[in-house]
Amino acid sequence: MNPSRQVGIAIMGVCLMLLLWACISPVGANPFIVHLPFGDWAQSLVDWLTTNARAVFQVIKSPIKFVLDVFMGGLRAAPPTIVIVTVFLIAWQASGLRLACFCAAALGFLGFIGVWEDTMLTLALTLSSLLFCLVAGIPLGIATAKSLRVAAVVRPILDIMQTCPAFVYLIPIVMLVGIGNVPGVAVTVIFALPPLIRLTELGIRQVQPDVIEAAKSFGATPSNILFDVELPLAWRTIMAGINQTLMMALSMVVVASMIAVEGLGLLVLRGIGRLDMGLAAVGGVGIVLLAMVLDRLTQAISSRPALVASSSASSTKPVELIRSLFTFSWRTRSDGKLQ
Amino acid sequence: MTVLDGDLTDRSKRLRQPSAVEASPIAAKDIWKIYNAKTPADAATIIRKNMSREEAAGTFGAVVAVRNASFAVQPGEIFCIMGLSGSGKSTLIRHINRLIEPTSGMVSINGANILNKNASELRQLRAQTVGMVFQNVALMPHRSVLYNVGYGLKVQGYERGKRDKIAGEKLELVQLSGWGHRFPHELSGGMQQRVGLARALASDPPILLLDEPFSALDPLIRRQLQDEFKAISREMTKTVVFITHDLDEAMRLGDRIAIMKDGRVIQVGSPREIVMSPADNYVAEFLRGISRGQFVNAGMIMKEINGKVPTGKKNNHVVEETPLDKLLELLVENESALVMNSKGKPTGLITREILLRAAKTVIQQR
Repeated sequence: MNPSRQVGIAIMGVCLMLLLWACISPVGANPFIVHLPFGDWAQSLVDWLTTNARAVFQVIKSPIKFVLDVFMGGLRAAPPTIVIVTVFLIAWQASGLRLACFCAAALGFLGFIGVWEDTMLTLALTLSSLLFCLVAGIPLGIATAKSLRVAAVVRPILDIMQTCPAFVYLIPIVMLVGIGNVPGVAVTVIFALPPLIRLTELGIRQVQPDVIEAAKSFGATPSNILFDVELPLAWRTIMAGINQTLMMALSMVVVASMIAVEGLGLLVLRGIGRLDMGLAAVGGVGIVLLAMVLDRLTQAISSRPALVASSSASSTKPVELIRSLFTFSWRTRSDGKLQ
Repeated sequence: MTVLDGDLTDRSKRLRQPSAVEASPIAAKDIWKIYNAKTPADAATIIRKNMSREEAAGTFGAVVAVRNASFAVQPGEIFCIMGLSGSGKSTLIRHINRLIEPTSGMVSINGANILNKNASELRQLRAQTVGMVFQNVALMPHRSVLYNVGYGLKVQGYERGKRDKIAGEKLELVQLSGWGHRFPHELSGGMQQRVGLARALASDPPILLLDEPFSALDPLIRRQLQDEFKAISREMTKTVVFITHDLDEAMRLGDRIAIMKDGRVIQVGSPREIVMSPADNYVAEFLRGISRGQFVNAGMIMKEINGKVPTGKKNNHVVEETPLDKLLELLVENESALVMNSKGKPTGLITREILLRAAKTVIQQR
C-alpha cells in the first residue's frame, strides 16, 4: 500500500470517529466538539509563501509582462483604422463579407462611443492570456489524453480551478505578485485555462483509433501520429476549447479590474462603485461587442470547410483575390511560355 | 533409377523440413494472446495448462484471444485465415507486424524474430517490409487520397514530389488515376478500399496483410476486387496473409487456408485438402454448401492401368487435373476416358461406374 493512500485512510478514520461522536452525543448539545482552524492554516500557508516564495512569483511575472507589453504596444500604437481594416480582412478570409462588416462595425461603434483605448487594452489582456493558455493548455491536454497518471493529477486540479470562485485566489495572487495588469493576466489564465485542457483532451481521445493504427502500421513514429493524425483530427474540438477560453478570459475582465487591471472592466467597476449607469453601460457594451467579434471569428476559423476538393478555390476571399491578381499578372508577363 | 528415386525423396523431404518453415517469409509459433489476466503468473498458468477460453474466463476472468496458434506462410502464396467473428483472426494478424504483442510465442519475418526488434527497427519493418490493409480502410479524412497513399513514404522521409509520383503510380495500379486530389469521403466504399490497397503497396513491401478488406463491400464489387487483388499479388509476387470470415472468399483467393475457432488454428491446408478431409465437425459444418466437385479430379479417382493401355475402344483423353464437374459432362457422352499425366503418358482409366461411385461419395459427404 502506498504512503499517500495510508495518509488518506488515516484522515478518513479521524473524520469518521469525530462523526461517530457527533452521532452519539446527546440531542441538543453541539456535536462539533473540535474546531479545526482551516482559515488560519490557509492564512499561514499564504504568509509562508509570501515570505519565502515571493521571488519565484516575481520571476514568473517577467514573461507575462513581456508578452503583455508586446500586445499592448502593438494594439495601442496602431492607428484604429489599421486595426479595423485588419480585423475586417481576417473576418472576410475566415468567413465572408457579412462577418467582416459586422466586426468592422462593432469595433467602429466602440471607437465612436469613446472606449477605443480601453477596448484595445482589454483585447491585449485577453490575447496575452489566450497565448499563455495555449502554451500551457494544449500540451497539458495532450498529456492528459495520453497518460492516465497525468489525468489523475490534472483532473482534480481542473475541478478546483473551475469551481473555486475567482475572488478566492485573487487575494493570494495580489500578495504574491502584486496588483495591476500583469497579475490580472495571471488570474485570467487560471480562470480561462480549464476548458482548453479539457477540450484538447477530449479531441485527442476522440480521434478514431483505426486511423492511428493504420498510421502505426506504416511505420509512423509517435510524433508523426500526433502531428499528422491526432492534432489535425482533434482540431475542431481544440478550436472549440480556444473559443471557450477566449470567452472566459473576456468575462474575467470585470473581476480582474478589482486588482487594478485597466480597460473595459474598470469602466464597469467604476460605474458600479459610483452607481453611474452610463459608465457601466459603456463598459458592458464594449465587453459584449468585443466578445461577439472574438467568438464569431474563432467559430468561423474552426468551422472552415477544409475537406473539399482543392480545385474549387473561390476567388471571393482576400487571399485568393490577391493570389489571382498575382497569377493574372504573371500569366500576362510570361504569355506563350505557358503550356 | 534408384538414384533418381532417392533424389526425389530427398527433395520432397527437404521441402517438408522445418528449416524450410524457418526461412519462410512469415512464421508464427505457439502464439498466445491473453487479455485481462490479473498477473503475468495467471497468464503463464493458462498457457501451461493449455486452458480453453471458458476455463480461462472461469478461473482467472481472463480473455484468451489467440490460443497456441502456429502457422508458416510460403513465399509468394496467399494464405487465408478464415474464422467467424471473435475467433481471434484479427488479433492474430496484428501479431505479424507487432501492432499487438503476443503474451507468449514467436513471430519471425524472413527468418528474423521480430519480437527482438527495437522501436525504430520495428517501424522500419512496418514501413518497408509489411504493408497492411484494414477492413474499415482507415484513411486520414483530412488529407487527399494522394497524401494518404504516400503517407508510408512520408514517414520514411521521402520528399513530397517523389512520394506523390510513386503514390500516383500505385493509384494507377488500382485503377484510380485522376482521383489523387480528392478527399476520401468523396470516394465510394469500393474505391476507398482500392486506395487502402494502393497505400499498402506504396513502399512495395514483399509482404501484405489484409484484414477483411472486402467484407464491407457489396457482392459484385467484392468479387471484382478479389479478382483484381489476386492478379496484382500474383503479378508482383507478394506474400499475402488474408483474413476473411467468408469461406467462399478464402476458397477463391487462398493457396492455403487456416481455419480458426475460439482462438485456435484448427486446420491448415489447401482448399482441396480442407474440402476433402475436414479436420473436425466444425470445419465440415462450414463446408456445407461448398461444391466439392471442383476439388475432386481425375487423378484422384482413376483406376491405375500400370502401362497397359486398353485397346479396342476409342478412348477420350483427359489430364489428371480435370475436375469432377468436367468429367461428368464428358462421360455423359462416352463410356470411359483415358487419363494422361503431365507428360502425356496414359496412367489410368475412368469408367462411368468409377465416376458414379466418386460422385456418390462427394454428394453423400455433404
